[in-house]
Amino acid sequence: MAITPVHPWHITHGGRMVDFAGTDLPVQFTSIVKEHQAVRTEVGWFDVSHMGRFSFTGPDCEKWLDQLVTCRLRDLQPGRVRYGLVCKEDGGILDDVLVYNLGGSPSKWAMVVNASNRAKIKAWFLNHNQGFQASLEDQTEVSAMIAVQGPQAIALGNQLFDRDPSNLPYYGSFEANYSGIRVLVSRTGYTGEDGWEVLLPSASALPLVERLDSLKVMACGLGARDTLRLEAAMPLYGHELSDSIDPFQAGLGRSVDLEKDFIGRDALLRRRGHADLPVRVGLSGSAKRAAREGDIILAEGGAEVGRVTSGTMSPTFNHPIAMAYLRPGFAALGQPVAAIVRGREEAFTIVKLPFYKRPGR
Amino acid sequence: MNPKDLKYAKTHEWVRAEGDTLLVGLTRFAVDQLTDVTYIELPKVGAKVKAGEGMGEIESVKAVSDIYAPVSGEVVAVNGALAADASLVSRDPYGDGWLVRVRPDAVGPLDHLMAAEDYSKQTEGQ
Repeated sequence: MAITPVHPWHITHGGRMVDFAGTDLPVQFTSIVKEHQAVRTEVGWFDVSHMGRFSFTGPDCEKWLDQLVTCRLRDLQPGRVRYGLVCKEDGGILDDVLVYNLGGSPSKWAMVVNASNRAKIKAWFLNHNQGFQASLEDQTEVSAMIAVQGPQAIALGNQLFDRDPSNLPYYGSFEANYSGIRVLVSRTGYTGEDGWEVLLPSASALPLVERLDSLKVMACGLGARDTLRLEAAMPLYGHELSDSIDPFQAGLGRSVDLEKDFIGRDALLRRRGHADLPVRVGLSGSAKRAAREGDIILAEGGAEVGRVTSGTMSPTFNHPIAMAYLRPGFAALGQPVAAIVRGREEAFTIVKLPFYKRPGR
Repeated sequence: MNPKDLKYAKTHEWVRAEGDTLLVGLTRFAVDQLTDVTYIELPKVGAKVKAGEGMGEIESVKAVSDIYAPVSGEVVAVNGALAADASLVSRDPYGDGWLVRVRPDAVGPLDHLMAAEDYSKQTEGQ
């Protein structure tokens, strides 16, 4: 198993460790619900160093990225970040990613990918570089990434960096100084709260974490990360996204620019709005048992119409929430369905996503 | 930490002999492992349970775990307070957070269960 630069801190602070995509990471430190609520009401930090970080240099990097990522990049200004998908020729999703325009002349770019897909996406890019004058460098093992999320996160960032993150637009980024070290800060996250993520050299990660801890920022693990992103209806690769699901099924059409040429475009044009393809929905339960990944969904009348891809008891709302893919004819808002949970039918209703929206969004 | 007057199953249930019935619950170790308990599924009064077989489920935010019957017998009482507040099992696992009361099929010493020190040894390594 790999370890992140913050690993020693996790061990000495009672992190309950688990193998996540080949890296030893904490699921929780105290209680998942406590960590979740800290992010919703104050601020919490996450070690997300396991995620893949690539930098792109060369005059053709935007062209190269544009060929392989579904979102529009030609209007992505320096200092801006955008969410996109990397798709196969048949439109199936290889990963969901964040693309950064770091500016400069020629402009430098960066991309953050899921840890579980790092090797796959790197190979995909290298195998689809048709003579572009651009190179990809995998920075993952020489860097770290810490996410700080919650209503107090931005103000906290102002204490730590020499630039004020409250000046960053949502999904903006800038280079700043932390303790004399150049770091990349972006106003992004995977929780549905305001906050930032910082990419920094490996050796700076532990000192930053110690500083966050001294400022009483709560350490949060993968358990809270999952309940937070689920409430915000953010998809997770391997659950809501896979190479047999396309972005339109997942409800991510906003991240697909069909006006440009990219790998998967023709297939996506054909697949968009296809009457037979299952679509992602939100489910809200009225009882106490959470529907979980793999649980079958039944329509009124008993027909099997889909499966749950993620589910939990929502710490914010205190009822079960889940995301599922349902056959299009059975995916209408307000429809009552049943999830087969541990052999018994539990009542759920199809609801609009996201379950949680932070105040002001 | 593990009360000496109780007997323990490998699967982290405890048993207290009270007259001709046995009170059953989950150990402090088990509930501390779980954290964030959201729901507990228990057998109904009158149900027959068999030692070593599943008799219920305990659900946390993260996952569901089985609860195993430590003895064979008939369920004569179920802790109704848990339906309203499942977290009671975490706050007071040896007291108000008890799960069920069982009338055992066989009277006698619970030799198939562990004493407190043996259970402590088992959980120390984990």
